[in-house]
Amino acid sequence: MLSSRYARIALFGAAVVLVQVATQLGGKPFFLTQLTMSAYYTLVAVGLSLLMGYAGQISLGHAAFFAIGGYASGYLTTFDLSPLREEGLVALLGRAGLLVDRADLYGGQTLAVHPWAAFAVAIVLSLAIAWAIGVPVLKLKGHYLAMATLGFGTIVYSVVLGTARFGAADGLSSVPPFPLVAGLAVSGARADRVSNYYVAWGLVALGLMLLVNLVESRVGRALRAIHGAEDAAGSMGVDVARFKLKTFVLSAVLAAVGGSFLTHFNGGIGPGEAAVMKSVRYVAIVAVGGMGSLWGTVATSVALNFLSLRGYFGTLDDAVFGVVLLVVMLTSPDGILRLDPRVPVKALLARLRKPNRPEEAP
Amino acid sequence: MSLELVLQYLVAGLTYGTIYAVVGVGFNIIYNATGIINFAQGEFVMLGGMTAVTLHGLVPLPLAIAGAVAVTMVVGALIEVSFIRWLRKPSVLRMVVITIGISIVVREGALLLWGESVRALPYFTGNEVTSLAFAGVHVSPQVLWSLATCLAIVGFLWFFFQHTSVGRQMRACAANRDAAALCGIPTRNLVTLSFVLSAGIGALAGCVVSPITYTSYGIGSGLAIKGFTVAILGGLGNSMAAVGAGFLVGILEAASVSLLPAAYKDAVSVALLLAILFLRPSGIFGSSAVERLRAH
Repeated sequence: MLSSRYARIALFGAAVVLVQVATQLGGKPFFLTQLTMSAYYTLVAVGLSLLMGYAGQISLGHAAFFAIGGYASGYLTTFDLSPLREEGLVALLGRAGLLVDRADLYGGQTLAVHPWAAFAVAIVLSLAIAWAIGVPVLKLKGHYLAMATLGFGTIVYSVVLGTARFGAADGLSSVPPFPLVAGLAVSGARADRVSNYYVAWGLVALGLMLLVNLVESRVGRALRAIHGAEDAAGSMGVDVARFKLKTFVLSAVLAAVGGSFLTHFNGGIGPGEAAVMKSVRYVAIVAVGGMGSLWGTVATSVALNFLSLRGYFGTLDDAVFGVVLLVVMLTSPDGILRLDPRVPVKALLARLRKPNRPEEAP
Repeated sequence: MSLELVLQYLVAGLTYGTIYAVVGVGFNIIYNATGIINFAQGEFVMLGGMTAVTLHGLVPLPLAIAGAVAVTMVVGALIEVSFIRWLRKPSVLRMVVITIGISIVVREGALLLWGESVRALPYFTGNEVTSLAFAGVHVSPQVLWSLATCLAIVGFLWFFFQHTSVGRQMRACAANRDAAALCGIPTRNLVTLSFVLSAGIGALAGCVVSPITYTSYGIGSGLAIKGFTVAILGGLGNSMAAVGAGFLVGILEAASVSLLPAAYKDAVSVALLLAILFLRPSGIFGSSAVERLRAH
């Protein structure tokens, strides 16, 4: 069990390297840019896969957590503190090494929060918001849960869209690179393309390792029990509310990490990242990959995001996600990748053999 | 704030409240028949408005509206027959995702068909600047048209559900589907009918408010959230209360615009939705939905 778990991660690592080599040999190194972006969206998708597939809770608001991560990083690293340089709190932060001087586009000096500090704030903020929202929201079920998370997403979207400080409809721009360690930074510079590809997919591998270990552990069994029958799980001593909340918070933090890194990679973020349609896309990806199939989710996320980001769907971008979502949920709610082609054929044959079977209510 | 201003906001709130009320009622009709929350409810309003604008290029206004309502009813029936009817005991999660998928497909279809431009029907009587004065408040005749239409819809539904055989069958179906089927009621066809009805009233409301609120391909999802807020506020399944809740939400929103930046208008009603869900999921007017909340 243990070995197969890590064998899959190793296989995943090999695939990542293979793709990079293939783009190099195939003369399409620019594909790496979209593949890197896909990686950050994949982080959201795998977190949501855990929440939807294992804990059985839908969230139509995960784009909001992505945006919270991205906007926290973007806002803090671009907000100029230099006029306040001598003020008490700012001076204190500066002495603690949390601020960084930078030359702006016009040659002036700006003082802003260091990306690492901003990243920490993004994580803590998303964690706190997910916790505060999760406690009341996860008490709801079915439509109510779906609508409440959708409502949360709508609020975050209208706040970032309507707030001038966050750039309103333009979003934030000129977000600086994120220096992870000496010589390695999350940035959109062409020279950093290959290293960024590995940073992004390395992050996904880390996230997957965490999640795979989680679902194979006591927590994972508890989550599956909750999905199967919440009351039964509760009567067996599973603390249902706590497990649901922790899964929700974990998936929200994963989304925020993705948002924060992608904002540094792209050098900005717009309100579109918080839009409800984005949240629905993540749900579509999880649905196609198979609820609770982390690897299926990764495969679907790379494929759909890459094609979408390269613009292959053109003006039909949202329509593709809608149709995919609809077809998958109608034909194989457990996910296309889990579909056993023999099952629908058998069902059809059975129906043909017994045409007058009494109809069940839907 | 002067009294006139308060009244003016009240009128603005009533206008939007009309459409929220009708969407909320549409939610309830389908919910009662199927236990499904149709996330594509707002798209019916959009389809009605857009189709009527297009048809108005060919035929007079009343015919265009009638045509738009008919077209949307057909779309509603098609949606039910092609996506809902043949599913066997789908989970709530699955139904939520399917109706969201439907709403995206309808919206993107509308985008392809009509483009991004914002359209509107002409005012039914007079024009943009025509107004009637009541106690110092200026009211567009179109507001009266929408209010009257809303009341007519509610009146029609009341009569339909209380005093016609089909309406009674639908109520029986809502109360206990298996028992209704045993009595020989064609429950499946009634589910289709509930989509048709819901689509029809949504489209009619979409036409009537179109001159004031304008119509574009993307208005559906926002209306669905507002309509759901209204349905919950009134207590899910309770259509008459939804109408009152619709006006309440409309007025609250209009009042919020006077205090907060207009961009936060949507956030206000959604915050209200969250507050109700967290504090009083049975709605402020009802209590019966608590059991349903637990059952689902």
